[in-house]
Formats: sequence, structure tokens, C-alpha cells
Amino acid sequence: MRKLDADRNAGSISIEGLTRRFGAVHAVDGVSLDIRAGEFLALLGPSGSGKTTILMSIAGFEYPDEGRILLGGEDITWLPPNRRNLGMVFQRYTLFPHMSVLENIAFPLKMRGLGRAEREERARAALRTVRLDQLGERRPAQLSGGQQQRVAIARAIVYRPRVLLMDEPLSALDKNLREEMQIEIKHLQREIGITVVFVTHDQTEALTMADRVAVLDHGRLQQLGAPRELYEAPQTEFVAGFIGETNFWSGSAAAAAAPGEAVGVRLEGSGVMPALAVSRVAAGDRVRLALRPERLRILPGAAEGVPALVTEAIYAGNATTLMLEAAGGQVLRLRIPAGAGLPEAVAGEAVTLGWQAADARAFGVAP
Amino acid sequence: MSGGAPNRAGRMAVNAAAYAVTVFLLLPTLIIIPMSVGPERFLRFPPAGFSLRWYAEYFRDPDWVAATLFSLEVALLTALCATVAGTMLALALVRGRLPGRGLVELLVVGPVIVPHVALAVAMFLVFERLRLTGTLLGFTMAHTVLALPFVVFTVLAALYRFDAELERAALSCGAGRLATFRHVTLPLIAPGVVSAALFAFIISFDEPVVSFFISALDRKSLPRKMFEDIDYNISPTLAAVATMLTALTVLALLLGFVLKRAAERRAAARSG
Repeated sequence: MRKLDADRNAGSISIEGLTRRFGAVHAVDGVSLDIRAGEFLALLGPSGSGKTTILMSIAGFEYPDEGRILLGGEDITWLPPNRRNLGMVFQRYTLFPHMSVLENIAFPLKMRGLGRAEREERARAALRTVRLDQLGERRPAQLSGGQQQRVAIARAIVYRPRVLLMDEPLSALDKNLREEMQIEIKHLQREIGITVVFVTHDQTEALTMADRVAVLDHGRLQQLGAPRELYEAPQTEFVAGFIGETNFWSGSAAAAAAPGEAVGVRLEGSGVMPALAVSRVAAGDRVRLALRPERLRILPGAAEGVPALVTEAIYAGNATTLMLEAAGGQVLRLRIPAGAGLPEAVAGEAVTLGWQAADARAFGVAP
Repeated sequence: MSGGAPNRAGRMAVNAAAYAVTVFLLLPTLIIIPMSVGPERFLRFPPAGFSLRWYAEYFRDPDWVAATLFSLEVALLTALCATVAGTMLALALVRGRLPGRGLVELLVVGPVIVPHVALAVAMFLVFERLRLTGTLLGFTMAHTVLALPFVVFTVLAALYRFDAELERAALSCGAGRLATFRHVTLPLIAPGVVSAALFAFIISFDEPVVSFFISALDRKSLPRKMFEDIDYNISPTLAAVATMLTALTVLALLLGFVLKRAAERRAAARSG
């Protein structure tokens, strides 16, 4: 029974209080994360957010100053990288240039002492998995970037590790190929049921591929959640700004509110508008309001709302983006999806803006 | 193309100057070749005829042959020791977290900067006491010290061109440090290591200063033997030896060139 449990959790990773300092800089600052077996988790953040350092600590190429890392319940914090049995795909393809494609893929098997015949058979099977059956005899340099990265994936999964680590594996590819590979990697992950930890700075990539996304900034975990959660209910101002497009508008709370409660916000240069308090606020506290461009509405006629002037209307086929200037010089973007029959506006027109309270998230500002 | 003619004239002038300098540098070396085939008993230029008797003389004289074989042994051992130690040192400098890295680098450059005569005297004093003068071990040790910097620099250059991420990839594939070196690093820096070994061989084989000091009466290197020959009997055998030495060095350089070209062609085939 215990054995069964151990097998089921073999691909789970627990990061506990991970801290890594480079001089005075905290590259990773007390990050704790539980990654479930078979989950696709993206580590998302701008450069310098600590996402790569976390991945390298799991891989064993970095050792933390504090905290520990468990793989399937076993402490691997100080284990050398070659004894962790993890698959790893690097940003640049890092195939061994002096070996053929098949030799590259068979290399991990060779290091594990498998016989020649079994190595060849399993390497060919892995090559089939990434749909490059015909290219086994080639040298890496004779392949395109996308093919090379597929070979790197085959090499990382050939010995059936429980966990696959990917360090911005698609950033060297052009846009179309990148999107194709995103779907392909996602399929592959479901097919072989492997845990994937995927580092990226591209939010679209993270939202498209991952079951859950860990958003990092300045070495701290900002929010961990499903893509929809991050977009619909960002917990910090950073996440609201980093995931998707957001208008920020400063103001002050008209009344006290607990997290998740409705609160009126007195906007700078404008009236009081409804919002949702993300953190606890007292009356008069300074807040920042986050508004998605596609959740802003132009209100008909003389409805009550925020008056604004359309400075530009940008037509892009599937949507029209309006650039607006509200009272007090506040600049806003508003997106009107095409074909939904929503009221539109032209440049120079004065309009009234409104939104649902749930679509305006008010973040308390530290004084 | 109005500027063509003056341009070509200028280029020809530069080429002529370059060739003149080359000839000036090579002439002393080349002059030794005709001198080595003269039939007379003394070195003379131009030679009065053609004869290979001084070459035959060289091979008949057990002293010359012994000195040559000794030098070859020393050069081969030096190439081996300096290449192994130098490659390890270069790796430590590039990959290792070496305390006192700057000091180690300084020590490596040392033998290039310190006058060889000073080194030679120091080695003589130490070797004399340890009874290492005139021994294979003594010569190999001395020449390894002299050749080491060149090996380290050559291998360092190869390591800087090498993508260190490949070592991480190998580690992530389950290869230990040693297996990573054997299967990934070494094959990829091999051209650099081979030319380093050739360098070490040549440096040892015609090293005169230190050899002069640490030779013994009965065991001496080829350059020392040549010195003695000049002192006692200036026979054309010396010219014959010098000619063969030059030929050997040129051969070694050619070998290095061919190996490098082969490696480059392999690399080109990979990316082609």
C-alpha cells in the first residue's frame, strides 16, 4: 500500500521556503510551492524574477541558501544533478554536436548502463514520439531549430523520468513554430503523464500550456493558480499588470471593506465608482483600481458614469481599441469586440464609461 | 575602375615587401640545407658538390643517435605529461571554483616570463642534489614546466569556444563529471588538445638552455650534443642534423594543420 502511494506521488515536487542570494540580491526569496504529480506548472515572471533559479535548484545546478526541495517526498536539495533522474530541456537546444540524433537520445540510456540493442530500440521509440523517425542518423546541425528542440525533448524523456524541466524551451523559435510546439508539448505531457515544470517569461505561453501558473516577481511568489484565476482574480497589483492588459487608476476608498467585498472608490479627478476590494481597506485609504480594457463599457445616453474623451479609435478587425482620456488626464484603453453589437465611438467623441463592480479590482497601496 | 591600376601596384609592393621579410627570416635556416650536402670535411657555402655522407655519418655515430633517441623520449613524455596536466589545469581554471585563481594563473605564466637561463640554473642546482641531471625523469620534469603554459593557453582557448551548457545537458542526462568529460567535453576540445600536445613536443625537442645545464656527460639531449659538436669539431654532420630537425618541426606543424583542417571539415559537414 505504501509502495502504491509512493508511486503515485513519485512525480510530485515540494519546494519549501527556498531562498537563494547572489551577494545582497535575493534571487529567490522564501518561495514555497507544491507541484502535483502529472501537473503542468509554469513558472512565469520577468527576467530577474527568480524563475530560472528555482528551476535550476530543482535540476541541481543551483544550491539554495535556505529551504529544501522534495521529489516524491524524498529530499533532493543537495543531490548532484546527475543523480536526480529528471529530464531537462534547455533554452538553446544543447544537443551534443559530435553525436548523431539517435546517439544523442540514447546518451542518457548509455549513462544508465543499458545494452546497445535496448538503447537503440528505446531511442527510436522516443524519436517516434516526437515525430522525427526518419532523422535518427543526422547530425544535430543538419536539423532546423524546431527539430533540434524536439530531439532535446526526446533525449529528456527517453529514460522515462517522472519530471521534465523546461527552461524557456521555445524562446529561440519563431512565432508560428512556437505555437505549434506549445500544443505538441502539451499533448505529449498528457500522453505520457509526466510532471512538467516550465519556465517562461511569455504570459500567453504560460496561460496556454499550464494547468497552474506560478507568477514570480523579485524572487517572490506573487500568485499560484489556474490561468483563469490569474486573469480573472489577480491577487496583487503586479499580477494584474503582468497577466493581460490592464488600466490602472489611482483613487481612495470611500468606505472600509474586507477582501472580496464591494467598495466605492473615489477616482482621481472623477466621481465615486463601484469596485471590488482585493485586500482589506479602511475609509480614505489610497487604492489602485485595475480595469481590463475589454470589461470597460460605453454607456448609452445620459447614464451615470465616468465622462471621457475618445482620442483615437484603432480598428483591428476582431476588435476596436479606443484610446480615452478621462478627467484629470487619466489615459485608458477600451476594447470593443466586433460583432457583439456593442456601441462604438469615433475619435473626438465625448462618452460615458461604466463597468461592473466585479470587473474593477481595488488593490490597497502601501502608504 | 580608374583606381584599379594604382591599387594593384600598391598591393604588389606590399606583397613584395612581405616576401622579402619572409626570405630574410628563412634564409639562415635554408642555407643550412645546401651546406649539409657538401662533400668536404668542413662547413662551407656554397658546397663544392653533392653528397649524403654527413647524413650517413650521423646515423653511424652512436653518440648522435643516442642523443636523438633521448630527446625523442623526453619530448614524447613531455607532450604526454604537459598535455594531461595542462588540460586538467585549464579545466580547473575555467570550470572550477579555485581559491587563489589569480595566483595559479600567474604561476602558469611564470615559465614564459622568467628568463630560461635563470630557470636552468635553479633546476640544475636542485637536480644536481637529487641526482636528476642527465635522467629521463629530470628532463621530462623540466620540459613539462616549460611546455605547460603553452598547453594551458591552447586548451583554455578551446574551452572558451566550447559551450559549457553542453556539460549541464550531459549531467542532466545522468552522466557523472568524469563521464561528461570523457563523452562530451574531451571529444569537442580534442583539436585544441592535439595541437597543445604538438606544441609541447616541439618545445621540448629543441629546448637548448635548460637542456644545456641539466645534461650529463653520458646522457644529453640533441641540442646539447649540437652545442658540443660546434665547440669540438665543426663537421657538416651538424648541418645535416639541423636540416633534419627543421624537417621534423615542419612535419609536426603540417600534421597539426592537417588535423585541424580535418576537424574543421568535420564541423562543416555537420552544419552543411
